[in-house]
Amino acid sequence: MKNKLSSILITFAFVFVFVLFYKGLKNTNIYTPEKKINNVVPLFTVDLFSTGKKVNSIELFSAEKFYLLNIWSSWCVPCRQEHPLLMYLSKNKIVEIIGLNYKDKKINAQSFLDELGNPYKNIIFDKEGIYAIEWGAYGVPETYLIHNGVIIKKYIGPLNEELIKEIKSLIK
Amino acid sequence: MKLLKLFFIIFIIFSLNHLKANNENIKNDITKNLRCLTCQGQSVYDSDSEFANSIKILVKKKLNEGLSKKQIYKFFKDKYGEWILYETELNKNTYILWLLPILIFLIGGAIVFKNFIFKK
Amino acid sequence: MIYSVIGYYSLILGLCFSLILIFFSVRNFNNSKLLDPKILSFTFLQFFFVVISFLSLVLSFVFSDFSNETVFNNSHTTKPLFYKIAGTWGNHEGSLLLWLFVLTLFIFIFLLRSKSQPTKYKILTLVFQQIIIIGFFIFLIKTSNPFNFLFPTPEEGLGLNPILQDPALAIHPPILYLGYVGSSIIFSSALSATSLNLITKTWASHIKKWVLISWIFLTLGILLGSIWAYYELGWGGFWFWDPVENVSLMPWLALTTLLHCILVLEKKLILTSWVIILSIATFTLSMCGTFLVRSGILNSVHTFANDPERGLFILIFLFSLIFLSLFIFFFFYKANKDTPTSFFWLSKEAAIIINNWFMMYFLSVVLIGTVYPIFLDVLSSQKISVGPPFYHKLIIPIIIPFLLMMAIGPKLKWIKSNLEDKIYLFILLVISTLLSFLIVKNFDTNLLVNTILVSSALYLFLITLRDFFIKKYNNISQNIAHFGFSLLILSILLNNFFSTEIITNLKVGETFETENTKIIFEDISQKKEKNYQLITGKFIIQNPGGKIDNLSPELRIYNQPNIVTSEADIKTTIIADKFIVINLVQNQEYFNVRYQVKPFMIWIWLSVLLISFGGLTSLIKKKHEK
Repeated sequence: MKNKLSSILITFAFVFVFVLFYKGLKNTNIYTPEKKINNVVPLFTVDLFSTGKKVNSIELFSAEKFYLLNIWSSWCVPCRQEHPLLMYLSKNKIVEIIGLNYKDKKINAQSFLDELGNPYKNIIFDKEGIYAIEWGAYGVPETYLIHNGVIIKKYIGPLNEELIKEIKSLIK
Repeated sequence: MKLLKLFFIIFIIFSLNHLKANNENIKNDITKNLRCLTCQGQSVYDSDSEFANSIKILVKKKLNEGLSKKQIYKFFKDKYGEWILYETELNKNTYILWLLPILIFLIGGAIVFKNFIFKK
Repeated sequence: MIYSVIGYYSLILGLCFSLILIFFSVRNFNNSKLLDPKILSFTFLQFFFVVISFLSLVLSFVFSDFSNETVFNNSHTTKPLFYKIAGTWGNHEGSLLLWLFVLTLFIFIFLLRSKSQPTKYKILTLVFQQIIIIGFFIFLIKTSNPFNFLFPTPEEGLGLNPILQDPALAIHPPILYLGYVGSSIIFSSALSATSLNLITKTWASHIKKWVLISWIFLTLGILLGSIWAYYELGWGGFWFWDPVENVSLMPWLALTTLLHCILVLEKKLILTSWVIILSIATFTLSMCGTFLVRSGILNSVHTFANDPERGLFILIFLFSLIFLSLFIFFFFYKANKDTPTSFFWLSKEAAIIINNWFMMYFLSVVLIGTVYPIFLDVLSSQKISVGPPFYHKLIIPIIIPFLLMMAIGPKLKWIKSNLEDKIYLFILLVISTLLSFLIVKNFDTNLLVNTILVSSALYLFLITLRDFFIKKYNNISQNIAHFGFSLLILSILLNNFFSTEIITNLKVGETFETENTKIIFEDISQKKEKNYQLITGKFIIQNPGGKIDNLSPELRIYNQPNIVTSEADIKTTIIADKFIVINLVQNQEYFNVRYQVKPFMIWIWLSVLLISFGGLTSLIKKKHEK
């Protein structure tokens, strides 16, 4: 009797394990952090790209309006691809864009902007890639939509036409 | 006796050689416990990806600012989620993880002693 | 082209032989007292066709036949011949073919070497083994055919992942698989012996050989993987508690436990059910490892191709085997009521059973740590990481009594022992505690824990060392293995305590100086190699005491596929390894330089070799006695 009970229990345990593994197979094994939104803008002091002036990060996003923070670099290929869209946003004054220049050389970054135009109101110069971490980013490009000092949306990877539409509707 | 001598010599050699614990060592301890997001499965300490290198610099900066180990872990946990910490905390997600092995150990011990060793 | 055809049809033929073999086995099982000679020849033929198939894959790789998809995905014409051949099993399809190759080889050897065993037992073992083999055949042919055609034939292959182009890793899979597959023989044999109620002392000494063989290969396989990780992955670590490493450690733990249990079973007919469970568990864990690694369910440093369909197949196959063995165990196993099951507390049996208890604990820690994140993700979508701190915290406290048991256990006699004439056990304990205190004293971290840890390892070390000299000790293999283990733990501990490292960014010509070490980045040179571009840094290290080392770490920029790897330069001496790596930093002129002094590294490798050598002497001794 005892033997029978234990055999049934063990069988059920293995069936349970099987089901867990089976479901686990369908999950992806690559981790992407949750797109935590409604976080406040992180506080840190940064160098500005153009002037080299030290600025408090919160000041950059202080006005009661929408901002777009875009992490970019001259060596990043997808950044080149999304750049015209950023130009479009800034030219039509849809949203104010703050850039975060990630692990770049100043000369390269400048010639990138000279070539493709500069959509950024201000650029945070992040030579060592540490301010990107403050934002919870882990690659380039990433884009954050900010309203009243709160991050309301996060995009990993390059922007595209559809996302631009989404941003536009969010701003309205 | 010979053995004792040998160990004594080794001990002297290494006591001279050893670098003192400092921020650098604490930084290494911390980065060994952070998991790299771009080369998943390696610690930040072991990885040489761009992301990992930045984290190393940031940890050092935070240490210099006087943050404690715990505060730094919390900082990264807030940014990237619990996944980034190799050392899982004891919370409702991980009770089973931490307690099940201990339970198995105790049950195993009970079986061993009751059934085999002190069985009358 | 032609090789793919030959290879593929050989596989089909091999599968046919499985079916024929089962048919003949069933007939033979009911009718005959003797093993049908046809069975042996068919087993050989099956092995033969798998060899043909394997060889045709090897030849496709050697001649870079890119009409074969596997070759196209994993090879390149500029790759050196050695890695072309090693590339055969450096990928999913080829490695499974290797599994099959070893499976058929082992069952053939098993039949040859088990002449004196009962016929029914041999036949039944063969049937169980064929069930496994059929599973692998179908898996190979259905989901991972190594001989898929590509048309039109590509001009050039995609190349092998550069970090896999390494001598240690080239021979690591075959060795590891010999261990894994050896456990399949134990599995089949245990199941067949259970069904026939043949679990006896004779069976124990017969299967012990196979346990030893798989154990030796598994140990060496893990060692090779670890050595590879040491100089290819990461920065000077050799064990990361990565899931893929854990997966090879789990069968090893089960097998080690089994090895000790078999020793008891061989002498006294006790613990029979436990031995059966362990035999089943060992192979199940090996299969589980294959599942976890090949399905891509895990997140690991080691890159493997992921395919959920393959994962599903192995999963179903694995659980069918588990349920089959559970069924056999519950319905056929009859506990032997006559033998006593209790031991005196101070006896060898008690020591071994306590050893089993500890081993099972270690196994459960590793198992739970490895699969828990998967289960948690499924059940609650929470993603966590289980890393080294978890394993260290749970394993280290128990390793202390474990080491003490390893030292004292072998000193005890069967049935009942006493502690007369054993004063030296106590004296050595005092000596080792004092010594470890001296060693650990000058570290500001955790004096108590480290002293206890070192002293328990040192205790085992001293006791086993003493045994080499003192008695005409008859169990030399056990002593070698235990001695090796103590050396392993000691080297790991001391390595941990005394490792020092310097991390800095340097440009060519710059020098970095600490109180006692000076690193000079002298020069850098570029060279074009066959399939990569080589950048070599020249470093001069001035050590304390004025000794100078020249080290030249490399960066390799592979063109096919385009990956940069850093090759550490390691200078190994008996006392310490000097380890230097350089890395490129994005958009900077300087290199990231890491220099480490890692004491006793070589002893870690040597001690593992010693452990497996202990197993080997046991195997040889057995032959000698016969």
